[in-house]
This record gives sequence, structure tokens and C-alpha cells, in this order.
Amino acid sequence: MTTVEEQLFMTEKEELISGSEAVAIACALADVDVITAYPIRPYDTVMQYVSQLKANGAFDCDFIVAESEHSQFEIVKHASSVGARTFCGSSGVGWFYAFEAIAVTAGLRLPVVAMVGNRALDDPGAFGVEHNDALAVRDLGWMLYWVATAQEALDMALMAWRIAEDSRAFLPMALSCDGSFLTHSQAIVNVPTQEQVNKFLPSYDRGRLQLHPDNPITVAPQVNEDWLMEIRRQSNEAMTRTPGVIKEVYEEFKQVFGRGDPSPFIEEYMMDDDPDIVLMGMGTLALPVRVAIRRMREQGKKVGFVRLKFFRPFATEEVQQALGGAKAVAVVDRDYSFGSPSFGGVLFNEVRAALYPLEKRPHVVNFIAGLGGREVRVRDVEDMVEITQKAIDTGKIEQECNWIGVRE
Amino acid sequence: MTLVQDLPQVRGVKNIPIQEGFTSGHRTCQGCESALTMRLMIKAAGPRTIVVGSTGCMYVANTTYYSTPWVVPWMHTQLGSSGAAATGTAAGLASMMRKGKMKDEPINVIAFCGDGGGVDMGLSGISAALQHDEYNLLILCYDNESYANTDIQVSGSSPWGANSTFSPPGKVHRIMNKRWKKNTAPMLAAGHPGVRYVATACASYGLDFTNKIRRALTIGGPTFIHVIDPCPKGWDYDPKYSHELGMLAVETGLWVQYEIADGELTLSGPSRAIQSGVRSRKSVREYLQRQGRFAHLTEEDLDFFQSRVDESWDEWWLPGVVPFKKPEE
Ligand SMILES: Cc1ncc(C[n+]2csc(CCOP(=O)(O)OP(=O)(O)O)c2C)c(N)n1
Ligand code: SF4
Ligand SMILES: [Mg+2]
Repeated sequence: MTTVEEQLFMTEKEELISGSEAVAIACALADVDVITAYPIRPYDTVMQYVSQLKANGAFDCDFIVAESEHSQFEIVKHASSVGARTFCGSSGVGWFYAFEAIAVTAGLRLPVVAMVGNRALDDPGAFGVEHNDALAVRDLGWMLYWVATAQEALDMALMAWRIAEDSRAFLPMALSCDGSFLTHSQAIVNVPTQEQVNKFLPSYDRGRLQLHPDNPITVAPQVNEDWLMEIRRQSNEAMTRTPGVIKEVYEEFKQVFGRGDPSPFIEEYMMDDDPDIVLMGMGTLALPVRVAIRRMREQGKKVGFVRLKFFRPFATEEVQQALGGAKAVAVVDRDYSFGSPSFGGVLFNEVRAALYPLEKRPHVVNFIAGLGGREVRVRDVEDMVEITQKAIDTGKIEQECNWIGVRE
Repeated sequence: MTLVQDLPQVRGVKNIPIQEGFTSGHRTCQGCESALTMRLMIKAAGPRTIVVGSTGCMYVANTTYYSTPWVVPWMHTQLGSSGAAATGTAAGLASMMRKGKMKDEPINVIAFCGDGGGVDMGLSGISAALQHDEYNLLILCYDNESYANTDIQVSGSSPWGANSTFSPPGKVHRIMNKRWKKNTAPMLAAGHPGVRYVATACASYGLDFTNKIRRALTIGGPTFIHVIDPCPKGWDYDPKYSHELGMLAVETGLWVQYEIADGELTLSGPSRAIQSGVRSRKSVREYLQRQGRFAHLTEEDLDFFQSRVDESWDEWWLPGVVPFKKPEE
């Protein structure tokens, strides 16, 4: 007799599902051992699907509804330390409520995989997408990936455990999924078979770092100034190894599942003819941008788009190569960094920093758009390109950071 | 549900296991009773145990890189995370054992926290851990009655009137800490009827403590033990009196030793003798006046302190334990 689980993932099939559902299915396919949940929109839809899978016998995992996000992340952190594969997630202020646990998870080099359903931070209350929640952990040792489609959510989740649990990395990884636009929007997704996943994803082996009576180690003793710097340096070395691990895993994924982009780090759109203006952004922003570019191309405007997928590790060389030849780069931030250089967005300043070593640098113009889930319209993108064109025409940037689609 | 170990009750101090799980290498103060609590705890639990410890003296002073005193696997957890740490460790083991990813065997899971980490910050996490009947775990709160590691600040478990770096007696306000110590163990027992074992203890009564640890680890499901630990630095007394002060806390009726196993309350040691009228409570003055943290208390303050303790024995429904007024006969 076959179990429900076997029946469910025996044949490859196409399903109309949301990004959250896609991640939940990935959890079952990856045979995650411990999953913790706490309600907050929009990420929590993933846990609704996980709980359904468990309730229906399609997924054997310890599913724990924690009493706070802090506990939610602490529970998976400790489960991971004894060798269990884990998944967790949050949104907005929930992610911040867990911040202490999130910081130490990276410090301890525990390969927890989390989903962030990107959401604006209270106050004032707003459910819609903003990237500031996930971006807040950018300096801590988390790998951060921005997803654009439901298919990518499923695929990247499967890769996330493989990358995070690789002993060369042993770093946690978060999948950032734009609230609503991805978490709640359905699309056709190719769901792989259990057999394919088993071939691709080995079990998690914590090795000599596993906390177990057979391996009586002490984890995270007090080190103070005697050792902290060496340990930070080790984390940094682990992070510098991740691009290599990611490339390897991505290539193998493409072989087993037969899909994927040329690069795991960036996705290029209409970049073959080295366009003068290149837009850059993350997540579901890709949709309106692609439409706008097609329209502008019809009008003869040479515009391209680079979607940054991994924010951490930041693929400096690939970004330099993709953007270095442009006359101007328009960075679209679905976030803000009040008081930062040029009072711009987080991505903008990162991209500017990445381009700085180039001998010939493009103009870099910043656009803050789509905060709190506000739609980024095709004509907003056209406005951005127009402003960017002006920088090319006049040879100088009039205003480095521009808020788009905002009431004056 | 995972298996539990066979840890029989110990009859007589001489039968406490010789094997140590907490050895040299720690840097706690001379006379630190919390360190003794750790030592007895792991002696009782034995080597097939994972210990997770919250931030506090028993982490910072206890567990230094390259000189860890822990012979068993040990991991730090965050100040308010003892409940989540125990849950996560137990869930990880349970899940992998059930799925055949790890050998199915009984492994004790103990998470400890201080009073600051447990009675204050970690209360919600401990409460949540106590709701998961499917995991075998013990949460041990070692209560030195202050945030000791950060230089002795009052917590919700500090005694009324105690001098601390956040409650110094001043010219205008003699009593800065006006809060009465939280009644933690009964709160957790009453609030989580599914929990099979909640107890209070003191390392001055080592055998009693050892057996409570063993009952907590073998009864099944999540359990909680609250231990009072005299702290020479925070309580301000000569380190050689730690053991005696632990006894005085019990003999004055300020700290009541009991266990609640499957809903049945049993007092032990001097607490039991007091309850049954075999012996009378010592005056709280004998205990308070031995400690510098109470040096500023006036006669009136001491009378007030005594009256509150008297009340808990004479007027509470379950003397020293449950603070509801006795129902009319
Ligand atoms: C979230 C957080 N807040 C504050 C601290 C600072 N801190 C470190 S140890 C400690 C004292 C904890 O007191 P308690 O739990 O009673 O343990 P003790 O030091 O008394 O053994 C505090 C407040 C911390 N480590 N983490
Ligand atoms: S301050 Fe108190 S609890 Fe901390 S190590 Fe010293 S005696 Fe022990
Ligand atoms: Mg304390």
C-alpha cells in the first residue's frame, strides 16, 4: 500500500498554486523535521499549507505553533543543533520580534531555512510588501534570496537546504517573498517528484558539530575579546565560500530538474544588446518592469533589466559585469534607509558600492517605489527611465534618490 | 513520544552518583550555590543528557571557551529562551528518532535559566514548552534572586526590599524594590494541568534535589523545577554560609520545598515538618539579618516581612503554596 505522501509526489505534475503553497510543498518534499509557526500576514499562508499537509498525512514533521516569533526561531535553532532539518518564517514586525534568535542562528552557523513574506514594518500598520524586514539581517550571516515567481519559490526552497546545509557554508538562508504579489498569487508550478528531490537533496549531516551525548561538545561558550574576532572571521570565510557552493548546487539542480537561469545570482532581461539604461530591482517588481521595457523597446528605447536574486551573498562581479557597460543604472528600492548616503535605498547604496571600483562607472539613480504594497505601475517605470535618461543627456544626476508614485 | 531513561530514586546521600558532568573550568564566585545546583543536576541526570543554558552567571561565569566545565553536550541559549530551547532540542531528537534518522534511545533534555531569564523574560516560552505533552524535557530555573551576571539587579523573583544595583536604598526611598517575589512554581503547575511534575528545591538538600531531578526526567512530558540558590555576591554574605542560608530560607518558611506529581502536592524536608506542625518556623530575621542586601531594613520592615510570610502559612488555602484564602469551613 502506498502512503498519501507517496501518492502525492509520485508523478511530476503542474499545479496552480501560490508562492506560499509552493514553499510548503518544498518542505514536504525536503522531508523537513521541525517546523515552527506563528501567525502574521502574509507569510503565514505557508504554515497554513504545511499544517494541512501534516493533518492529511502527506507530511511527517514536528509542526510546532510557538507562542511568539522569538520562540519560533529559537526552537528551530536548537532543533538544527541536534541535526534536524528545519523551516520557519515570518513577516514584518514578526521577523523583528525574532531578531535576537535570528542573529544568533547565523552566529552559530546553523542552516535554518526561513521564508520572509516581505511586509511593511508597523507603525503605521500596513500589510503590503516592503523589503526592510528581510534586509535588516543583511549584515548578520544570513544568505538572502529574493524570489519572483511561485516556481522559483519551490525550486529555491529545495536548493536552500542543500546550500545552507553544505558544511562549507553552514549558514542560514532566508527566501524573501513579496507579500501578496507572491505569497498569495497563484501561478502554474511544476511540482517535482519525490524521487527527483531525493536524488538532489541529501540528508542534513551536522557532523562533528552535532549536539548529542555521543559527541559531548560545548556550543557557544563565552569567548570575549580573546576569540570573538577569529570566530567572526570564520563566519566571513564561510560566507565567501557560499558563491561557489551556490553555483555548484544551481548547476546540479538544472541537471536534475531541467530548469533554471544561466546565473543563480542575477536574472538578465533584454540585456543582450548592452542597453544604455539598465533598471535593477528585486522580487516581483520584475513583472511591471518587463512589461514597461517591452513597451519602451517598441518605441526604440534601449532599456534592459537586471533582477538581483541573491542579496547575500552579493554577487559583486556579476553585478559589475551586467551593469558596468551601461550609461546609467536605475536602482529600484522597495525599501528605504533613512539617513543613508544620498538618503537613498538599501539596494541603491549596495549597487553603488559594488560599481565604485570600476574605472568607467555608470550614473546610478535611485527610485523608491511600491512601499507598503503600493503597485509599481508600468508608467512609474517609464517615469524612472525618463529621469535616468536625463542624467545621461545632461551628464549629471539632478536628484540621486527619487520617490515614485507618491502624493506630493 | 520518545523513551525515558531508567533513573531510580537515590536512597541516601552516599548513593548519589560519583560520576561528574560538571567539573573544573568554571569561574563562578567562591560559595556560588548555583554552581552546586548545576553539579548536582547533572549528577542526577547522568551522561546521556543534553543541557542547554540561558544567558546569566551559569553561562557567562560558567562556560568559557577552552575551559568548559561541561562533560555532557552543552549549548547556550538566549536569556529568555529556555522554554524554546528545550522544545527545539526535544523536538529535533523526537522527529529524527521517529523517522529513523537517529537511533531511538532515551536522551534527557534539560534547559536551565536564571530567575531573570525564566521568571521574567522567558515566562511565555516556558509556559509554551509546558503545553507540549509529547516532548520529554525539564526546565530548571536556578533562582539567585537577581540578575546576577549583569551586576545584581532586581528581578521579579527578588525579595521585597532587597538592595540591588537597581534598587539601592536612598535618602528618600529606603525600599526601592516594592514587588513581592513571584510565586512561580505554583503558577506554572496550576496553569498547565497537563504537566506531570513541578517541584521546588534547594541544593542545601542535595538528596531531595537529586531525586526531584530524577522524577522530573523519568515521569514523561515537560517538567519544571525551581531551585533557590544563595549567591554570596548578590546577597552580600561570607561565601562560607551559602549552605546554611539555603537551609534558613527553608526553615523560616520563606522558601517552601515541595513537588506536585500528577496533581498531588507533597512537601518535603523542613517544609513538610512545618506543615505538619512537627517543627515551627524560624524567624525570618535569622535569615534576613545574615545578608547585606537587607541591612537597611528597619524593625518595622522586618515585621512587615515576617507578617507576609506568616500570612502565607496561616491564611493561604495550601500553606506556602497557593495564595487563595482558605474557604470558610
Ligand atoms: C536579551 C538580553 N537582554 C539582556 C541581556 C543581558 N544579561 C546578560 S546575563 C543577564 C542576567 C540574567 O539574570 P538571571 O537570568 O537571573 O541569571 P543570573 O545572571 O542571575 O545567573 C542579563 C540581563 C542579555 N544577555 N540578553
Ligand atoms: S554572582 Fe552569584 S550566581 Fe553569579 S557566580 Fe557569583 S555567586 Fe554565583
Ligand atoms: Mg538570577
